[in-house]
Amino acid sequence: MDWSFIGQHIPDYLSGAGVTLRFGLYGVGCSLLVGLICCLCRYFRVPVFTWLARLYTELARNTPLLVQLFFLYAGLPRVGVKLSADACAVIGLTFLGGAYMAEAFRSGLESVDQTQKEAGECIGLTRGQNIRYVLLPQALATAVPAIFANVIFLIKETSMFSVLAMMDLMNVADTLRTSGGRTVEVLFMLAAAYLLILMPVSLIAYWVERRLRYAGFGDQRPV
Amino acid sequence: MQVSGISVLFKGINFQRLLGGLWVTMRIALITIGLSVVFGLLFGLLMLSKNKVARAFCRLWLEIVRFMPQLVLLYVVYFGFARLFGWDLSGESSAVIVFTFWGTAELGDLIRGALTSIPAHQRESAAALGLTSRQIYRYILIPQTVRRLLPQAINLSTRIIKTTALVKMINVTEVLKVGQQIIGQFYRQPDAAFWVYFTIFLLYFLICWPISLLAGKLEKRWA
Repeated sequence: MDWSFIGQHIPDYLSGAGVTLRFGLYGVGCSLLVGLICCLCRYFRVPVFTWLARLYTELARNTPLLVQLFFLYAGLPRVGVKLSADACAVIGLTFLGGAYMAEAFRSGLESVDQTQKEAGECIGLTRGQNIRYVLLPQALATAVPAIFANVIFLIKETSMFSVLAMMDLMNVADTLRTSGGRTVEVLFMLAAAYLLILMPVSLIAYWVERRLRYAGFGDQRPV
Repeated sequence: MQVSGISVLFKGINFQRLLGGLWVTMRIALITIGLSVVFGLLFGLLMLSKNKVARAFCRLWLEIVRFMPQLVLLYVVYFGFARLFGWDLSGESSAVIVFTFWGTAELGDLIRGALTSIPAHQRESAAALGLTSRQIYRYILIPQTVRRLLPQAINLSTRIIKTTALVKMINVTEVLKVGQQIIGQFYRQPDAAFWVYFTIFLLYFLICWPISLLAGKLEKRWA
């Protein structure tokens, strides 16, 4: 292991990690929004939108991100829709992530008893208030593990952005590998970088999950 | 006269070529799923074993799989192992190794989760009824485990199928690569790229969607 090579290239990896994190977070943020909207459309059976949300989640969940990115970045410009690499990255990740987040929210909402929603309606809450004060807090407590699993999944998926010629961690490593030939050091740093990014996310997830464990589920002792 | 790029798909054997490319990834996915089922079963039982070393080993394996993007693992095996150990693995065998490494841990964790999710009173009631240990497994525990496990395991298999698209990045000539070759040959047809990538998108969808539907149906029936 050539440590001076590693020290010398830490700044490259830092800038790559910046790209990975930044676009990962944009994608996660937009995914949460899209996911929430889709999930509410389906939960309240909003006409037409229920159906659109269903179509979208099925399309996004059953195709690889790599193919989605190729379509956005290399396919669409040929029919007049030109998007920058950055836009493709965020749109692609949101297209995929929104569907996964919608599923996470949906399983959370389904775990909230119907009587909760009806009780909210009975005491005269508007639909918005019902969502805000009754349904979402309980649904989120159940959905949090799935949401964080998706966050980690989406940050990992950013490794495909190198096909958009973005200088994320993966592309930084690939460029160094092909130019310098120090494959082992390059890959070691790449793995370490992803570990350093995802470890804190996983710790935050662990902390939040513990704090939200107020939605208890009877006594389910394991076998 | 301007013809639509969609015609490119039906020129010569282009469509068969795309399907051939798809088969390359499907073959990798099928081998991976087969191997993951065998090793995943062992992995799941090992995670539940009383041996602390075995459990720590599984834990570490699972964490590596959780934190490393599959693309990084592919690079490590395809480029890194060649440098470290002098193994000259083909892209396809690297892919099978990496995806099996990943699938084994994921499936093992699902098996562990399904086994531990069965409440203890199921086993206790069966024992109280006088069932032998063998009967308890045969009639009480295994059927319930399989019902919880199968929908998730089927979903995992669609994830494996989608993830195999990544082999493009380690120089395997799969469907995206074939698509690029076709687009290169028909560069006079500017919107060919749109139709080729759109077709690949649809092909993946047509493979994964029925599998997801099956998983959803089983989940609903057995919930």
